[in-house]
Amino acid sequence: MDGAAILTLLGERFGRGILETHAQCGDHTAVVARGALPDVLRFCRDDPRLAFAVLMDLTAVDYRAYPGREDGPRFEVVYHLYSLGHNHRLRLKVPVGEDDATVPTAVALWPIANWFEREVWDMFGIRFEGHPDLRRLLMYEEFTGRPLRKDYPINRRQPLIGPKV
Amino acid sequence: MPSERPTTTREFMLGEGAGTGAGSQNIHVGVGPAHPAMHGIIRIVTELDGEVIVNADVEIGYLHRAFEKECERGGWNNAIPFTDRLNYVSPLINNFGYCAAVEKLLGIQVTERCQYIRVIMAEISRICDHLTCIGASTMELGAFTVFLYMIKAREFLWELVEDVTGARLTISYGRVGGLRADLPAGFEERMRAAFKQVREVLEEVHRLLTGNRIFMDRLVGVGALSREETIGYAITGPLLRAVGVSYDVRRAQPYDVYDRMDFEVPTQTAGDNYARYLVRMAEMEQSMRIAEQALAEIPGGPINVDFQGQPLDPATYVDQGKQGKTEGLLLLPITLSPNLQGSERPAHARVNAPDKRVVLPPKETAYGSIEGLMNHFMLIMEGYGIRPPRGEAYFAVEGANGELGFYVVSDGGDRPYRVRCRPPCLPPMAALHRMVEGEMVADLIPTFGSVNMIGGELDR
Amino acid sequence: MGVGSFFTSKLDEAIGWARKYSIFQYPFVTACCGMEYMATACSHYDIDRFGAGLPRFSPRQADVLFVVGTISHKMAPVLKRVYDQMTEPKWVVAFGVCTCTGGFYDNYATVQGIDTIIPVDVYIPGCPPRPESVIDGLMKLQEKIAAGAQRF
Repeated sequence: MDGAAILTLLGERFGRGILETHAQCGDHTAVVARGALPDVLRFCRDDPRLAFAVLMDLTAVDYRAYPGREDGPRFEVVYHLYSLGHNHRLRLKVPVGEDDATVPTAVALWPIANWFEREVWDMFGIRFEGHPDLRRLLMYEEFTGRPLRKDYPINRRQPLIGPKV
Repeated sequence: MPSERPTTTREFMLGEGAGTGAGSQNIHVGVGPAHPAMHGIIRIVTELDGEVIVNADVEIGYLHRAFEKECERGGWNNAIPFTDRLNYVSPLINNFGYCAAVEKLLGIQVTERCQYIRVIMAEISRICDHLTCIGASTMELGAFTVFLYMIKAREFLWELVEDVTGARLTISYGRVGGLRADLPAGFEERMRAAFKQVREVLEEVHRLLTGNRIFMDRLVGVGALSREETIGYAITGPLLRAVGVSYDVRRAQPYDVYDRMDFEVPTQTAGDNYARYLVRMAEMEQSMRIAEQALAEIPGGPINVDFQGQPLDPATYVDQGKQGKTEGLLLLPITLSPNLQGSERPAHARVNAPDKRVVLPPKETAYGSIEGLMNHFMLIMEGYGIRPPRGEAYFAVEGANGELGFYVVSDGGDRPYRVRCRPPCLPPMAALHRMVEGEMVADLIPTFGSVNMIGGELDR
Repeated sequence: MGVGSFFTSKLDEAIGWARKYSIFQYPFVTACCGMEYMATACSHYDIDRFGAGLPRFSPRQADVLFVVGTISHKMAPVLKRVYDQMTEPKWVVAFGVCTCTGGFYDNYATVQGIDTIIPVDVYIPGCPPRPESVIDGLMKLQEKIAAGAQRF
């Protein structure tokens, strides 16, 4: 299916759930409201015209320092979907505010979401409700802070863990 | 609480139940992180019932080096050395993937010769990756000879890569808008010689391994994952092709000049470790095929640095420019020092996009004219530099392990706002516990080896 | 100086000679330097001719700890524990610039040099070091092993 047709289909089906769409550089993107997200994801996977069987990537971006978006919702969780049958791609973005940084989980639809969401939790602190085992993926357990947030300085040193010398 | 305490030795040894102190219970064996077969940095806490793995909890992150945050620190081209160290066995593919994502955001098209060179170097890198993967995983099974042969073959390719890029492993060869330099003179013969050696080694390894009783016993039927689970876990690359799905980014969404190349995408159906081994061996031959075709078709012909008139040495050239004697300076040929070989003005234009906002001018122009100097300045100094338009782009290339995607977000400034690398070996690692459930402990080793986990890419 | 110290110094030399040509390394490989370590250990560059060709993958059986590749904060306690498990005499080689000083990873996740955790005998800089550098470092280590009083 053509990218623009996918966006139109989503817009017709979910109406106000799709906040905006764009196709910058040929990547068809839809910004989805958090409440509509589980239905949108399920529709994307199960509808035979879309058939997005592969959740290629799940990540987040912190827009705190982005000129022009400092006042808007702080995070955006980004889903990259791919369909093996139709060979088309889609990007979905969900704006999430800092105070209420939770998003419904996608683990039931794609098992890989388990680890991708754990990484987003680790790096950004965005909680995924319904996730079976939300713990850090890359950093050690005693680490405090969310490294990929814009207010975490890159060269902050934390005390070394492990056996004391 | 047991109703009667075991009184005989036999009752004690054969008693049932966990935690009663008189029976069998599952034990937890931690494999890694300091373990040779875990490539140093994975911790798998296995719960064993005898020899059978009941549960495996994979813990990663021991090589997290903050790639994504480091990319936000410097300019767009400054991220390239960090991308080298993602999948450090096939660094050229990472370089080109990142550069392609930024070029997509900028909307610039690289020159045709540059695309051909990218294809050749990416395929050479892919062969290096598969050689290392098969070599290391067979060494862990005990076949040390194969490891030595594969590393020998890899050395020939690394010498080739060193001729082109200047380094064996961390090459930083791609640039946004092109490459660091053109191919050196004599590359064609050297590539043919290297491929001849690699083919001989692959032939030997085929004879040693492919029909080998022990090898097959250890790999056939082990570590298999069903097709649905493979797709559900977003696994791509050789592991997906081993279950019969012939998804290859080079075929599905061709980039550079892959649409002009004639190659097969090898697939198997069993989905076990042996199928993955066969897919990788076949892919190496296909990669050599692609590289040879690309070399035959590459435009611009052999590099012929032909000087007409008197060549000038660079020191004199620069002095003349500084003294203001710039008349005709741009037209004079100069002999540059060897470490700029391949990036002189004629070669530079062949492999770099003609976009002044993105690509550094060649050294003759930078030293020989004020426009070149200013151009250079505007691209290097802080606050200036490459400025892609605000927005985001995702570009996927076929890495050695699968789809390597780069998602870049720009705020219009000279530093990336966010660079995300979609690691192709994270999905198989997430699915590893499914692959080894029900297998025996020793089967963990070939399964892990066939996943080809590369720490730099997994943990970024 | 007496006759006794002549014999002990000759004995030291002999033991030092034996120790330096029979290095059992524990390659604690984490990252990209591991590729160059593999290249050095294999046919082209071959550290086996220095007697260092047999890696022992248990710290209890090894005497030289080759720390190859970046050590992150998550890995640091593992490294310390492995070092503690080795028996004397033991030496440590910091292979690659990430282990020497942290490399260009000056961030929250990387240990800025393993000498902040364990004592290092030889530093081999490079990112990754060429096999010739590694062999140079190994030869320096051999000199260090052979020199000085041998305890046993």
